[in-house]
Amino acid sequence: MASDVGDRIPILKLGDALLVTIQVDMHDRLALALEDDLTNRIVQTSAKGVLIDISALEIVDSFIGRTLASIAQIARVLDAETVVVGMRPAVAITLVELGLSLPGVRTALNAERGMALIRTHRADELDADPDGDAA
Amino acid sequence: MATPRSTLQIRTSEDIVRVRQEVRARAIEAGLGLVDQTKIVTAASELARNTLEYGRGGEARLEMLQDHGRRGLRIVFEDRGPGIPDIDQALRDGFTTGKGMGLGLGGARRLCNEFNIVSAPGEGTRITIARWK
Ligand SMILES: Nc1ncnc2c1ncn2[C@@H]1O[C@H](COP(=O)(O)OP(=O)(O)OP(=O)(O)O)[C@@H](O)[C@H]1O
Ligand SMILES: [Mg+2]
Repeated sequence: MASDVGDRIPILKLGDALLVTIQVDMHDRLALALEDDLTNRIVQTSAKGVLIDISALEIVDSFIGRTLASIAQIARVLDAETVVVGMRPAVAITLVELGLSLPGVRTALNAERGMALIRTHRADELDADPDGDAA
Repeated sequence: MATPRSTLQIRTSEDIVRVRQEVRARAIEAGLGLVDQTKIVTAASELARNTLEYGRGGEARLEMLQDHGRRGLRIVFEDRGPGIPDIDQALRDGFTTGKGMGLGLGGARRLCNEFNIVSAPGEGTRITIARWK
């Protein structure tokens, strides 16, 4: 457990999406490092989607929530869609009572549905702009 | 009636994680259900971060509660920071003097059964929360 402190959260690439599974109780600097790392990887890989699996997270407080919202906003500016998946029911109930609304964050029940959302978003984009160049 | 206590120092962001883990363990011990555990751990995380960021560090004291067979958990967050000049204002959702969303205090109050703030400018801050089974 202690060895996780100071480590970074791994980011995997799957097709044109990035995949993050948060498996540790993140301290604030680790959450900020994830935001930085994801931003860099989106640019490096031209990823079109970011899937963040939080099914292992036992709580989401205002700091983690703010970080997720911030990741989604940055990704959007970089033309990538973020989907947060696997939020536990107890976490969802608590978030609402805390007053956190996760602005701009799309959610899905599980990773499969999250990937489907990212693909749909991508397909809509290609439909609207088949050459991928027009403004 | 209050029984065993434990005290945790809050000096770094890793300490906030330690507070969350200890509160979780004690909440389970007190017999709180999963949703109630999650609520008090989340409230504690907010208050521990405030202690660190605004109170310049401090401590959290955990206390198991027992009252006529009812069990619960109380946590006191205490710092010797600058204090809160206007408590009503600080409790309002959206009020922040930092980079936050101003949700921590108001949210923590909603997530607990008991919530109490003692604070004065220059004298630090003590916030007490409790959650009963
Ligand atoms: N221990 C403390 N000592 C001094 N001031 C505090 C303390 N805790 C909170 N405050 C003051 O109360 C304000 C509101 O706190 P609250 O936790 O609600 O919001 P925040 O920390 O600013 O943002 P968020 O919690 O949403 O990230 C803070 O901005 C700060 O000015
Ligand atoms: Mg706060």
